[in-house]
Amino acid sequence: MKKLVKGNEAVVIGALVAGCDAYYGYPITPASEIAHAASEHFLPLGKVFVQAECEVGAINMVFGSASSGLRTLTASSGPGISLKMEGISYLAGAELPCVIVNVQRVGPGLGNIGPEQGDYFQVVKGGGHGDYRNIVLAPASVEETYRMTIQAFDLADRWRTPVFILTDATLGQMMEPIDIRQEKIEKIDKPWALTAEEASNQNLITSIYLDFDDMEAHIEKLHKKYRKITETEASAEVFGDPDPQIVLTGYGITSRLLRSTVDELNARGIRAALIRPKTLWPFPEKIYQETVKESVPVLSVEMSRGQFIEDVRLALPRHKVSWYGRVGGNLPEIETLVARAEQCLKEATND
Amino acid sequence: MTKVYEKSPAFFETFDRKPGQQHTTHYCPGCGHGTLNKIMADLVAELGIQDQTIYVGPVGCGVFIYYYFEGACASAAHGRASAVATGISRSNPDGIVVSYQGDGDLAAIGTGNAIHAANRGENMIVFFVNNNLYGMTGGQMAPTTLLEQKTSTSPYGRSEINDGYPLRMSEMMAGLEAPTLVARVGVNNPKNIRQAVKVIRKGLEIQRDKKGYVFIEVMSQCPTNWKKDPVEACEWIDDVVCKQYPLGVFKDLTDERQAQRRPRREVEFAAVAKQLGLRGDDDTGLDKMTLPQPEMRFKFAGFGGQGVLSLGLMVAQMATERNMEVTWLPSYGPEMRGGVANSSVVIGENPIGTPVVDVPDVLVALNRPSMDKLSPLVKEDGLIVYNSSLIDQIPADLKGKVCPLPATTLAAEAGTVKAANVVVLGFVARMTGIFTLAELEEFLCETFKKPALQEINLKAVAAGWNAAEAFI
Ligand code: SF4
Repeated sequence: MKKLVKGNEAVVIGALVAGCDAYYGYPITPASEIAHAASEHFLPLGKVFVQAECEVGAINMVFGSASSGLRTLTASSGPGISLKMEGISYLAGAELPCVIVNVQRVGPGLGNIGPEQGDYFQVVKGGGHGDYRNIVLAPASVEETYRMTIQAFDLADRWRTPVFILTDATLGQMMEPIDIRQEKIEKIDKPWALTAEEASNQNLITSIYLDFDDMEAHIEKLHKKYRKITETEASAEVFGDPDPQIVLTGYGITSRLLRSTVDELNARGIRAALIRPKTLWPFPEKIYQETVKESVPVLSVEMSRGQFIEDVRLALPRHKVSWYGRVGGNLPEIETLVARAEQCLKEATND
Repeated sequence: MTKVYEKSPAFFETFDRKPGQQHTTHYCPGCGHGTLNKIMADLVAELGIQDQTIYVGPVGCGVFIYYYFEGACASAAHGRASAVATGISRSNPDGIVVSYQGDGDLAAIGTGNAIHAANRGENMIVFFVNNNLYGMTGGQMAPTTLLEQKTSTSPYGRSEINDGYPLRMSEMMAGLEAPTLVARVGVNNPKNIRQAVKVIRKGLEIQRDKKGYVFIEVMSQCPTNWKKDPVEACEWIDDVVCKQYPLGVFKDLTDERQAQRRPRREVEFAAVAKQLGLRGDDDTGLDKMTLPQPEMRFKFAGFGGQGVLSLGLMVAQMATERNMEVTWLPSYGPEMRGGVANSSVVIGENPIGTPVVDVPDVLVALNRPSMDKLSPLVKEDGLIVYNSSLIDQIPADLKGKVCPLPATTLAAEAGTVKAANVVVLGFVARMTGIFTLAELEEFLCETFKKPALQEINLKAVAAGWNAAEAFI
């Protein structure tokens, strides 16, 4: 059945459909509706809900819960995610599956509670100490927030790794219909989990390997896994003209604005297309390389001052990739985006 | 030959999880940890709870307890064992959860997590090994270090001016309501060990019986960092350390406490659907809306409290039931300043790009500031509806169709000024043709179940609907 819900509520509904067992979290704007909805629905269903004493407590409860084999969720926003980062490094090191939502707000510091995409480096490049990666999903609508939350639990279990869902204040607060029905869930055995049974007596969840060679082997194992994830899970949507003169790119809420921009450009007779990564790590490099023909200019738009664009440039090292963005809580205006795209095209033609 | 001593079956036979020498522990000779581990293992075996027991190790000299205990183990980040143990305890209602933490770990970096786990009365037993300094990292001062005690970070001795006073965790924990048993024991001489065994046995029994949180502080000797031989170290505990940290039971509610269970269930989708209030059918069976154009962009603005967010929500909700693409976006941040709240609604036949409404097709302005600010942005052929009960002057040279609607007055006549947004709903629906009066009425009857409220809202929507007559 279709239900009109906020992006933040969609996370919780997706988690319930995915068979999530436990939620541990701490309140923070603009992510709090996730905790509200989880507290409303988890306890009556016999699932675990704990409002932790702090973000650090919450992520370490996630560690305990994921160690026990439960499908586990936590959510926060920028400052809270910073606090969770040590714990996330431990989760990655101990190869524990869990789902973490970051409803991005404005930083650095206290910033404000408006939308921004300034946590890109923090979430996409690892964030905590040590040499690890998180799978990062970037929904662009409430419906996709719902779908990707379900998918995130499967990915986490399949790869034994933390999975991030990266949204922002706008996606979290806006409402759209989602289509809720029973979904196929991957059921993966977790013989490694800590349980109250004899079978788990030999099980050990840890990220410590004192011996340097053992540790090197462990890191190599993680990275072998990351390579496989890169090969199989990278994904993006391409929208607009099949033979574009200009390609626009952005993720999350920005990609929604770019969709309108592409429509407007096409209406003005400019062949434009949009590449919208659905996974930020792994970054869908191949889709960029296949979609953007030689000498086609690219306008990369983000609500941060040049983080996302680094990955676009790595994917397209020989293309002219220009940046545009707004920060501080502001969303770019369609009119400006159209003008920027036209300018990029003009510059490319003059070159 | 008869064996007078046998390794507890709760220990591994050989310490296979330990790299290198697998028959000895990693503890220094004379260290209190070894004695405590032995007591724990003996009691776990004696009580027959080995298979249910899950251990959480800390960072510190206790980090490697998983080398020795044959059981499920997790190693936590520094200070976080109580939080990790909370997650494990909630996940395993039948488990017996042992959190093992040192004084740097529990009394410094992890104090918050430790106190809150205690205060929630988690089913877990916490061993707080207090040797009044950081053992593993090289003997630095801990919150538990004695005054004037020299450590690697208090080379001139701990001073209360610079470093504060030795922290008594047990006394703090005993002040909380939730813990069932709080005690401080010693493992430095046979008498203290006998008492420790008694208290720890009780603590584990409490766990077996699910009677809540147990905190056992163990005064432990660290000959290495105290720079004493093992015998001197044991004596120093009696002579000096226990003056600051008296042994004893600080709280014991074992007899009056009931078992506290936090059962967990796995549920089918049907239970989730019921909890979410989903109907069984896949769609409402209603026809799609007919829009005057493929996509309609609305902005509803006014004072906070005039119901502009819920007005947008009503439109979005009705469009959802008609299987349309819909977005609803509330205003926030600077937009809210000056008392202007707004909600943006987009209804489309195709997937919607931006949910932000920069150029509205339809603007509803319920107060003057929102009229002044937003009306110049409306599209050429757009519709502007303003609340003429409160707005007496409007900007000049507006584009589109401009309709004064005395929404507040009409709402008051219907029964309450709060229904001004419903008056507008009726008006806008008729002006744009997006909903019929019958559809609005049906929706309002579903939304407002109380008869009195229903009546007011039906009157209000009809008033708006009728007021549109003059503009068509
Ligand atoms: S450093 Fe101290 S606490 Fe650590 S093992 Fe040695 S004696 Fe025990």
